[in-house]
Amino acid sequence: MIEFHLDERSGLSPYLQLVRQVRQAMRLGLLREGDQLPTVKDVVARLAINPNTVLKAYRELEHEGLVAARPGVGTFVSATLTDGSLAAHGPLRQELRRWLAKARRAGLDEESIEALFLTTFRTSAGEEIA
Amino acid sequence: MTAVLQARGLGKRYGRHWALSDCTLDIPAGHVVGLVGPNGAGKTTLLNLASGHLTPTTGEITVLGGRPGTDPNQLRKVGFVAQDTPTYAGFTVAEHLRLGARLNPGWDDATARDRIARLGLDPGQRAGTLSGGQRAQLALTIGIAKRPELLILDEPVAALDPLARREFMQGLLEAAVEHELSVVLSSHLVSDLERACDYLVVLVDSRVQVAGEVEELLATHHRLAGPRRDPDQLPRDQRVVSASHTDRQSTFIVRTDSAIHDPVWTVSQLSLEDLVLTYLDSSTRVAPRPVLEVQR
Repeated sequence: MIEFHLDERSGLSPYLQLVRQVRQAMRLGLLREGDQLPTVKDVVARLAINPNTVLKAYRELEHEGLVAARPGVGTFVSATLTDGSLAAHGPLRQELRRWLAKARRAGLDEESIEALFLTTFRTSAGEEIA
Repeated sequence: MTAVLQARGLGKRYGRHWALSDCTLDIPAGHVVGLVGPNGAGKTTLLNLASGHLTPTTGEITVLGGRPGTDPNQLRKVGFVAQDTPTYAGFTVAEHLRLGARLNPGWDDATARDRIARLGLDPGQRAGTLSGGQRAQLALTIGIAKRPELLILDEPVAALDPLARREFMQGLLEAAVEHELSVVLSSHLVSDLERACDYLVVLVDSRVQVAGEVEELLATHHRLAGPRRDPDQLPRDQRVVSASHTDRQSTFIVRTDSAIHDPVWTVSQLSLEDLVLTYLDSSTRVAPRPVLEVQR
């Protein structure tokens, strides 16, 4: 079971934050196929948010084929997002760490590193689409 | 689905002062409705009309298809928690529940006892010695255990500290899911309602300024910033809600269902708080344009 949280300053609507947290947990292997999501009542009672926000998030996840609702029982994860790529996380993280150390040695501060990463990420993502 | 609250030309006058005027609303069931507006805007008057504590001067109001406060069946369907969540100071928690059971034919004693136990309230304690948050929770418990179809709450969290506010809203929303309650609650703070409500009514100077589903309101309101322009030059399907100008720049808040194509504008979205403030601020508010009719 995962626990949702909301970030007031993220600029994302609460419903999208819930959707992303489920996807993220699936990618990280915190949620696996067959796991149950918290009930709507539980989420509402914990976060003090509108019930329709939770319903909408769960419907969206259902629409994406990631979860399935079993009437009267609950909502369950019905897909997997890690698909073997989880095994690659370790080595990739190590490479990234080495790269970060290199960037710091070159004199980049946190903000410059983030900016460099983001612009590179965006341009390469853009090239792949084009 | 039936409307929880319908009002047509609804008004309430005290002497020469109109506390609410020309109020027309059509709120569908199944929502948590937030009623926002500054103090003195007419929120309490509207809620008292909806709960049958007041009768209208003009127009009409129906709640869950019936006239408020008229017959026992109507009274059973609507729960009301008045401003500052009043309780009887000399009565114990248990006595409040007994009173609730005596006065309400649909009383759900199991739910009431369960909530009191979960809140950790001592049934033998007098309400006068409870904290503000605990008193509010007791009033909410009675409102929920009555098992209404609609629960109306007037500024329920205004006097509470942030933690008690949060706990109150958690309890209220949990009950809304569990008992399929429609909820109408008022506040003068948008932040109290932002997460909880999916329908919003903004009341200013005794008039409804805007009402609708939160998602729809957020999707149809835009901030346009660009070179100075007269509001009349904007396309007719863009209803200008507010306008402010410097010598070179104009900033408009518009409401429109269609996309904004004009490249001179930098278009940005509004937060719910900004949206409400736009309707609250009379210095920038623009009155609706008269609809032009073809003369025959």
